[in-house]
Amino acid sequence: MDSIFTLLASGILEAMQPLNFMMIIIGCTIGLLVGAMPGLGSVNGVAILLPITFLVPPTAAIIFLAAIYYGAMYGGAISSITLGIPGASTAVATVFDGRPLAQSGKADRALIAAAIASFIGGTISVVLFTLFAPPLAAFALKFGPPEEFALMVLAFATFIGLGGDDIPKTIFSILIGLVLATIGLDIISGQPRLIFGDITGFLHGINFLVLAIGIYGIGEMLWTLETTRGEVTVHKVKMSVRSFLASLREIKSYIGTTSLGSVIGYFVGTLPAAGATPASLMSYGLAKTFSSKPETFGKGNVAGVAAPEAGNNAASTGSMLPMITLGIPGSPTTAILLGGMIIWGLRPGPLLFTEHPEFVWGLIGSLYIANFATVLINLAFIPVFVKILTLPFTILAPTIYILCVVGGYAPTQTMHDVWLMFLFGIIGYLLRKLNYPVAPAVLAIVLGPLAERSLRQSLLASQGEMTIFIERPISLVCILLAIALISYPTIQKLIKRRRAQATSGEK
Amino acid sequence: MKSRMKNLVKTVLSSAVAVAAAFGLAGPAAAEWSPKKPVELIIMAGTGGGADQIARLLQGLIEKKNLSPRPFIPINKPGGSGAEALRYMEDKAGDDHTVLVTLNSFYTTPIIQDIGVDVSTFTPIGRMALDNFLLWVNTDRGDITDFDSYVAAVKSAGREWKVGGTGSGQEDSILTAMMESYFGYEVTYIPFPGGGTVAKNLVGNHIDSTVNNPAEQNEFYRAGNTKPLVQFTANRLPAYPDIPTAKELGHPIEYYMQRSINGPPGMSAEAQAWYIGLFETLFNSEEWQTFCVEDGLACESFLKGDELGQYHMTEIEKHKKLIQEVGADAITG
Amino acid sequence: MTVRTTELVAAIVCALCSIGLMVKSAELNIGWVAGKGPGPGAWPFWLSSGMLLVSVITVYRWFRKITPESRNLEIFITRDRLVVVGVSAGSILFLLVATHIVGIYFSLFLFLLFYLKFVGRHSWPLTIVLMIGIPVFIFCLFEWALKIPLPKSFTEPMFYPIYDLMYS
Repeated sequence: MDSIFTLLASGILEAMQPLNFMMIIIGCTIGLLVGAMPGLGSVNGVAILLPITFLVPPTAAIIFLAAIYYGAMYGGAISSITLGIPGASTAVATVFDGRPLAQSGKADRALIAAAIASFIGGTISVVLFTLFAPPLAAFALKFGPPEEFALMVLAFATFIGLGGDDIPKTIFSILIGLVLATIGLDIISGQPRLIFGDITGFLHGINFLVLAIGIYGIGEMLWTLETTRGEVTVHKVKMSVRSFLASLREIKSYIGTTSLGSVIGYFVGTLPAAGATPASLMSYGLAKTFSSKPETFGKGNVAGVAAPEAGNNAASTGSMLPMITLGIPGSPTTAILLGGMIIWGLRPGPLLFTEHPEFVWGLIGSLYIANFATVLINLAFIPVFVKILTLPFTILAPTIYILCVVGGYAPTQTMHDVWLMFLFGIIGYLLRKLNYPVAPAVLAIVLGPLAERSLRQSLLASQGEMTIFIERPISLVCILLAIALISYPTIQKLIKRRRAQATSGEK
Repeated sequence: MKSRMKNLVKTVLSSAVAVAAAFGLAGPAAAEWSPKKPVELIIMAGTGGGADQIARLLQGLIEKKNLSPRPFIPINKPGGSGAEALRYMEDKAGDDHTVLVTLNSFYTTPIIQDIGVDVSTFTPIGRMALDNFLLWVNTDRGDITDFDSYVAAVKSAGREWKVGGTGSGQEDSILTAMMESYFGYEVTYIPFPGGGTVAKNLVGNHIDSTVNNPAEQNEFYRAGNTKPLVQFTANRLPAYPDIPTAKELGHPIEYYMQRSINGPPGMSAEAQAWYIGLFETLFNSEEWQTFCVEDGLACESFLKGDELGQYHMTEIEKHKKLIQEVGADAITG
Repeated sequence: MTVRTTELVAAIVCALCSIGLMVKSAELNIGWVAGKGPGPGAWPFWLSSGMLLVSVITVYRWFRKITPESRNLEIFITRDRLVVVGVSAGSILFLLVATHIVGIYFSLFLFLLFYLKFVGRHSWPLTIVLMIGIPVFIFCLFEWALKIPLPKSFTEPMFYPIYDLMYS
């Protein structure tokens, strides 16, 4: 135990050296700003890194990388709250409450809650990372396809209650998201699926961002325009020391669910296949389920911003675990990080911890420092981000459209995706007017491929026996939890209804 | 209609270039060709895979050594087992600022899928490396000590035997199909996204065996989690001197994956020559050779230009025959 | 068109799309392969059939007037609202079409000119500053910092001198 702390202390000291510290500050700022642009994320921020890599020693470079990674994680929430567009799949759940808060002029509160929750999530996860990395890596190995599928079932269970009041339309939204996710190559059979009109662009499938930016960036924007008849009333948000302190006092209302969400987020993040999106969803779902006022979620509850942000930040720290210990990239960013490590002659794998302790602990140490630095930089930038919302609508709207177009183009660099995004925007707008909820479709397109693939891998392994999911203890536990989670609101409602009936019967 | 539009754009483009050149904008025209704008380095696989790592390493080295006046920008186009990348290259015919980093789906995808691309028309630049394949099992399997005991174990398990791989139609699925038809057994092939995930599932005992590149298993091997049984190479790799090749054991199964750089059809000869020079320099660099040794890649000779074109032709024929023998269904399932 | 009519039309269009997706999925094996689990087409096929089912339920609910939309006899989109939304959607459409023809940077220029001057009625100095500033910002961010080349179509050679400056 002792050795962990000495190693950690030396790691933190390493990260505090002038050059490394400067790297952290620059990296966090770049990450934050890049992450705040819809469609761009830490993957793109890492591109800035490469030329710098050759100027500084590997440790400084990896610290810079970790800082960009961290900054971008914080930045995702900024786009979700101020622009209402989830810049990354991990920030979808942040839109649910972030957008209503911003529209009612409370963007500052939402941004502060997001920053603080990210900090809580980051802190809890780095501490867990420090203490339990090797045993958790061993546990992550126990997760085969059946466990991954059970975990997806659990993530889908948190969908319940995310949709609107119209159940058939909510189901339609989930299903269309799942079907759109199957477009492209089916890796199990090696055959292309649903390639409409033999158009090349469909071969890479439909990127989550295309749907999310289309629906939130263009669809919701048109909807806002229409409902306000083009005269969007801008809520003047005043940032003052008093409002800041008031926001800080709000922490205690969400600290409990946020901490729980962080632990779950970290854990889900360490599983190679899962990643931060299901983590943020689960965190949101739990916060809502166990809230005393679940009906306020989705209408502007600060806890609804805090929970997913804590979850996704914790998960992204968690996703470094399989990368470092197993050499498996949990996300495209870690994939590039992995490439970077190889260029520096470091081989990620089970031996990295023992063979290059100074590197691993330098990285962990820099996570601590980066977490502190980012929350401070983020809080300092909040007044600037809030200012964006006070721009005249006729300047804000075209800027958002431009960000949507270039952001939709950036991930795959094809115009095909930009056209699809536009199409989804228009369809999303029309369906939104008819009370079809859009969020379930966006989430389904992220989780769908993971769910289908793990289901079919499991069935291949069991040669078609469905019992594989309940024979294995971990997957059985996940499925039971999912059933409990699905039935919880229904049972609660039934109890309420019975009580209401009882009281009305008395009258 | 679309192609006419494209032609029109192309004509306009080329005339614009001509005008620009006439005004001396294109710089010292007399000097040898060099890129005028950032070069797209198309990767026909996703982020994090072997091809992606190679592309990003090459990009880094080009920048570090200042070998090109314009940067190389890696772009992943993994769609349809590389079909998307191949079609993209086909559409870029005549372009001098796009090059493709290949793996063997360069050969197999046009054979298995009907994508209307003839890769023999592509402009060959250079072959950077040959990747090797070894057969791996978990070290927990004490009953399997060599290739013979492996084959016996697989035969008795039949379809219960789970082989992990990176996707139907990928190199390892071809090699698995080759082994199935050679030994006359049938296994269950389970695809995973990427070699790293396969390795993790092997270590976690979710699959029974895999044919994987050394790079993807080496760390687990060093940590004592997995063990190689046999190499599918002509000679033993320096990194695995104690592991026999299949050929030595009397089973003529040999398979490689090439990592080469190719331009779109109709790339200008000057540009081709420039890229050949660039990649040859990279190939001979100390960094690249070290990478090859560490990753278990074979980088003995740099095949360039027409030599590579010839190599592609023989490989295409080989893969056609292979796929016919084992049947495309055995690979795509 | 009233909201009620649109609700029905949308549900029918959704149902037709579901059928289309089902037909497209059925090109692959949609059944259960013995010992292997579902075929490649099964997942999209059965999910699309689920979409069809819920769309039919929506039509049924429309007949029974269960949903608020199916009772709403207001106009789905009034003319003045259509103009507001149409101008935005149309200008994005223009931006995309123009990107194919003259590349993104000149399209952004025209798009901003239109939106700022003719929709927003901002002053000329502000319009010109943003009209030039935003594309320049996008160029610096994407091409230079992030190394993501954006489409330029035939205007590409005009950027060669800028590349000379950037990479020399």
